[in-house]
Amino acid sequence: MTLSHPPALAVRDLCVTFQRNGCETRVIHDIDFEIAAGETLALVGESGSGKSVTSMALMRLLGRQSRAAVTGQVALHAATEREPIDLLQIDDARMRQLRGRRIAMIFQEPLTALNPVHRVGDQIAEVVRFHSGSPRRQARAQALALLEQVGIPEPSSRLDSYPHELSGGMRQRVVIAMALAMEPDVLIADEPTTALDVTVQAQILTLLKTLQRDTGMAMLFITHDFGVVSEVADRVAVMYAGRIVEEGDVEAVLARPLMPYTAGLLASVPRLERAGLPGERLATIAGRVPDPASLPAGCSFQPRCTFAVPGTCDSAVPALASLKAGRRVRCTRAHELIPAEELSPCPQTS
Amino acid sequence: MTTMTAAGDAAHTRHHWWQHRTLSRFLRHRLAATGLAIILMLTLACLLGPHLLPYDELTVDLRARFSPPLTQDHYLGTDPLGRDIAARLLMAGRISLLVGFSVMLISTVFGTLIGVVAGYFRGWVGSVLMRIVDAFLAFPSIFLVLVLSAFVEPSPFMITVIIALTCWMEIARIVEAEILSLRERDFTIAARLSGASARWIMFRELVPNAMGPIIVAATLTIANAILLEAYISFLGYGIQPPLPSWGNMLNSAQQYLADAPWLAIVPGITITLAVSSFNFIGDGLRDALDSRSNLP
Amino acid sequence: MGRYLIGRLGQSIIVLFLVSLIGFMILNLAPGGPLSQFALTPGMSQADIQRIAAQMGLDRPLIIQYFDWLGRLLVGDWGDSFRDGRPVLEIIIEHLWATLLLMGTSMAVSIVIGIGVGIAGAVRRYSVFDYLATVGAMVALSIPTFWFGLVAIYLFALQLDWLPAGSMTTIGDGSVVDYLRHLILPTLVLSLVNVAIWSRYMRASTLEVLDQDFVRTARAKGLSRYRVLVHHIVRNALLPMITLAGLQLPTILGGALVAETVFTWPGMGRLFLDSIGYSDYPVVMGILMLSAIFVLLGNLLADLLVAITDPRVRLA
Ligand SMILES: Nc1ncnc2c1ncn2[C@@H]1O[C@H](COP(=O)(O)OP(=O)(O)O)[C@@H](O)[C@H]1O
Ligand SMILES: [Mg+2]
Repeated sequence: MTLSHPPALAVRDLCVTFQRNGCETRVIHDIDFEIAAGETLALVGESGSGKSVTSMALMRLLGRQSRAAVTGQVALHAATEREPIDLLQIDDARMRQLRGRRIAMIFQEPLTALNPVHRVGDQIAEVVRFHSGSPRRQARAQALALLEQVGIPEPSSRLDSYPHELSGGMRQRVVIAMALAMEPDVLIADEPTTALDVTVQAQILTLLKTLQRDTGMAMLFITHDFGVVSEVADRVAVMYAGRIVEEGDVEAVLARPLMPYTAGLLASVPRLERAGLPGERLATIAGRVPDPASLPAGCSFQPRCTFAVPGTCDSAVPALASLKAGRRVRCTRAHELIPAEELSPCPQTS
Repeated sequence: MTTMTAAGDAAHTRHHWWQHRTLSRFLRHRLAATGLAIILMLTLACLLGPHLLPYDELTVDLRARFSPPLTQDHYLGTDPLGRDIAARLLMAGRISLLVGFSVMLISTVFGTLIGVVAGYFRGWVGSVLMRIVDAFLAFPSIFLVLVLSAFVEPSPFMITVIIALTCWMEIARIVEAEILSLRERDFTIAARLSGASARWIMFRELVPNAMGPIIVAATLTIANAILLEAYISFLGYGIQPPLPSWGNMLNSAQQYLADAPWLAIVPGITITLAVSSFNFIGDGLRDALDSRSNLP
Repeated sequence: MGRYLIGRLGQSIIVLFLVSLIGFMILNLAPGGPLSQFALTPGMSQADIQRIAAQMGLDRPLIIQYFDWLGRLLVGDWGDSFRDGRPVLEIIIEHLWATLLLMGTSMAVSIVIGIGVGIAGAVRRYSVFDYLATVGAMVALSIPTFWFGLVAIYLFALQLDWLPAGSMTTIGDGSVVDYLRHLILPTLVLSLVNVAIWSRYMRASTLEVLDQDFVRTARAKGLSRYRVLVHHIVRNALLPMITLAGLQLPTILGGALVAETVFTWPGMGRLFLDSIGYSDYPVVMGILMLSAIFVLLGNLLADLLVAITDPRVRLA
């Protein structure tokens, strides 16, 4: 995919460091990626690899309470603006204007993401009223239109429902309606379907794809499940222990994962065509994501990696090497494990 | 986050694995540690002090009435009968602290008993017991204590029993709630399946695991009991003179407020000090024993 | 909502029944039992007392006596005062409004201050303000209310001579200002504990809400800090406060009794103590029962309010 326009969201060297009990723990290390308008980047990794922290850092929602230091650049290029805005440089008031308007977010838990004491219509209208200052009536009409747009049946009666009266899937639609109210340029969806059952999951994915096609927004789709990646994403970035370890077009990565971690994740996805076959067992990666406070030496994945070589993999953190077709991989042994023609670095695109 | 949930069901190991960690957390809670130090010192002073002071608490000296603090050897002054306030304060401390501790013991044992039975058997037994708790809670405890103490011979023992009668409900409630959640846990179910008797499960399995909240509530009960004793003794329905208590030392204080304010100030500050110490200790214990709180 | 409230109502009725049982037990605990008035009268022979006991039906089984007593309680026949022979209920109601005035004023003052302090402490958690407020509340809860009253009288009435030391009015002065001046010190004293309680609960409640997902959602919408705080955080944190207000009623009533005794405030608490002093047990029992009923009604009212303000309860 060639980028003629500047990307809607460009993240450079994003680092997040938490301070706790006087000691600092870096949880996110030098993340960078770009998402073009209309494009979906899936951010994939096991639970605890730092996906949510990344998304919260982009939204500047890591509050003072969590004592997080965020560095790097988060350039948001809104369709209405000439120049990209670095979200980490602007003041709080400016950030609040952009949040919910130009960059919006959907959360994992539709059950708790809505305020239980306010009607869903009011919660949607609140975004509209706050950002465009429209009068109550008009905001309500807009909320109704949004409910319709996200496919809620009988939207006019649902407007006055409370969150607890709706099913999980319906609530997630309400959250999506809230996020899309101002037609943002960038939508961050943090595991939006994880808490839902499979059929509802598929509906929500379809809805998100449709909405994206209609509005042309860029989407950062976060998930721990490679199964849904192929359904929504154009490109995929794999994250492990706070670092991006592999990135590329979805078809390419799915067809030929370069990093052993990615391969392990893919092997653990149940495949429809293989399901039920005798002797088929899901492979899982042994061990668990390391604690950010005590990362292993060298490659963070090395203790769990079947290809790890002592003395090589545990000496230094491998660099994220750029290959052709926007493919990137962070593996010391990439040269041995990957055919040479794929390894050749990509010609620099200007 | 996920790595920490493993500790989830470890609470039932009865080896008090928390003990030393709890102690260090508690001590790091500076106010609680200060409170503990104050209570220890106060108790020591009440036990030893009266033997070291030049006056005893009952000697009347009408020539030395209303001496302000620091007159001669009356470090804290004298009362309307010329008795030494320092000596009375320390002797009173014995009574008031003893009442506080005894109330705590009685009401904790009784409240725990009710709470465990209600929580373990649930059903109508539990409902009836908890409604009785509610009924007792509906009476403002000061009203109840005053009525009862006006009805009986006000010996220190009866005063203790009466105050305890109004202090056990909170503990019963806390224990019941705790037991209701504990009884569904694996170790209780395992004990039930292995044929353990109800009494064994209640007192050997459930109560030890509910100890944290019980200890906290018991500590706060001491504070509450000291306040109640002080108030009814102040009104003349509690500990009877000549036996001194912190409350009855304030008995005549209002009358002489303008001329002898130290009569009010000395016991009042002592009560506040003791009660806040117990409250801070209770607070510190809550932080230390509560596995959910992530205190450094 | 209907089912929930009917359930709570049923529970309250059972509790009320138990309250009356406890009350009856206490009544029979009184020296001389319900006959205490006559037991204290000089020149009364044992035979006289027995005759009166039979007249009053005290020779019947206890259970019958209880239902008789309960029946009369229910129709408002709460007996007559030993002191002046007037109906108990009439005397209590005479004193009730002074107590309600004091409690109402103090509740209003302490809820506003306490909730404000609690929110501020939670939002600025671990700040110097939060630390001082937490420690201050703890100390305030440890000060004996009656003693704090004495200190207040000493400072503001005796030393500074700013405010009257007690009672509700100055004789010969019926002005509103005079009422208010008399109201200040008792309110101050009663509010000390209440502010402490409210601020602690509100702080805890706010902290709980602060961590919840919907607050993050509200911030992700780009709302102003003020709107997130008031509309989303405080609105939710206040819900448990309603129930707590109900549960705190006995404490507040008890505090009012203490404040009234120190400031000779002519309310129910003062009447209660006077009646104990005169062994006027019908009035004492009347106040005891009335305050328990008052507390139970308060709790029911709190449940009703929760049902109205919390949509999750409303339809449950
Ligand atoms: N407020 C915080 N303070 C300290 N560490 C945190 C905080 N929030 C998250 N972490 C740590 O950051 C790491 C990544 O967490 P998260 O982003 O939630 O993972 P994911 O969303 O990929 O499952 C975890 O190890 C977690 O313990
Ligand atoms: Mg996450």
